[in-house]
Amino acid sequence: MARQTTNSTYWQGVRAGAPFILVLVPFALLFGVVATEAGFTLIETFAYSALVVAGAAQFTAVQLLSEHAPTLIVVATALAVNLRMAMYSASLTPHLGRAPLGKRALVAYLMVDQAYASAILEYERHPEWSVPQKLAFYFGAVTPLFPLWLIFTVVGALVGSAIPPGFALDFAVPITFLAMIAPMLRTSAHVVAALVSIVVSLALAFIPYSMGLLVAGAAGMIAGAQVELMMDRRRARA
Amino acid sequence: MRDIAAVDIWIVLVGLGLGSFGLRFVFLGIIGDRLMPAWVLRHLRYTAVAVLPGLVAPMVMWPPATGGVPDAPRLIAAVVTIVAGLVTRNVLVAILSGATALYLMLYLLG
Repeated sequence: MARQTTNSTYWQGVRAGAPFILVLVPFALLFGVVATEAGFTLIETFAYSALVVAGAAQFTAVQLLSEHAPTLIVVATALAVNLRMAMYSASLTPHLGRAPLGKRALVAYLMVDQAYASAILEYERHPEWSVPQKLAFYFGAVTPLFPLWLIFTVVGALVGSAIPPGFALDFAVPITFLAMIAPMLRTSAHVVAALVSIVVSLALAFIPYSMGLLVAGAAGMIAGAQVELMMDRRRARA
Repeated sequence: MRDIAAVDIWIVLVGLGLGSFGLRFVFLGIIGDRLMPAWVLRHLRYTAVAVLPGLVAPMVMWPPATGGVPDAPRLIAAVVTIVAGLVTRNVLVAILSGATALYLMLYLLG
């Protein structure tokens, strides 16, 4: 294979990231609408997208804030939704761990599911890439995504304030989350984790401020991990 | 009709912003090449799938918009969203299917 320049890996990254625009734009719009419906100002909505940069966690925070959960619970629960980012960080470390600190910080700030997924796929395909080439690919992948994330959050916020109440927008959040969950149910361990979470959450719904949700999340994680262990053992025996 | 305190919105923003960056930076920036114990990774794999369903379940069963009374159009829309997501594995298709089902059911039943 011909030796590639950082310029060419940058454009490869742009091409890898571009298809995700289709997912990200409606998502950003919806966040803008939902946050505005919940009473967020334009600045507040924009600041969430710019500083949190994680749709699912942002939706979680807005939902729990509108339920008047204590701020500590809101932050803890939304961070739990974002725990997967720590896994992404761990899995990128062998590839980008030797990049300059400032660049690594920028990689961390811009880390979204789609950028991570495209990058790790290409890094495993091209072990010969240098660290600057790998960085260029990563920044290429987020180039079409991050600016549109911000722009369409603002568009959603502007449109959202024009949507009359009683348009059943309350249900935009559940539908969005359900749509995100379904494709994640790849194995029986994932299904069990989700079911345990639902049962515990409904059973503990009487506990105020969504604190039952933290218990439900922990129970679901333990259940998923245990089922995975059981499946591994069964496979080892077979 | 805003009823969330601005100070709460900003406290959560700061906590969540710093926390999210911390989660993304922790290994890349600080821990370096050392590996995490297998049992930690095994639990981390299920965080999203363990937290999000628990978050949604009460919203589906007892929607605040109906005063907490289970509501047929919303329940049907939830089922349609899940089925569409499982069948197509496509988030966007699932959202559109769920929204279509919701409006159709609200029109027919509401």
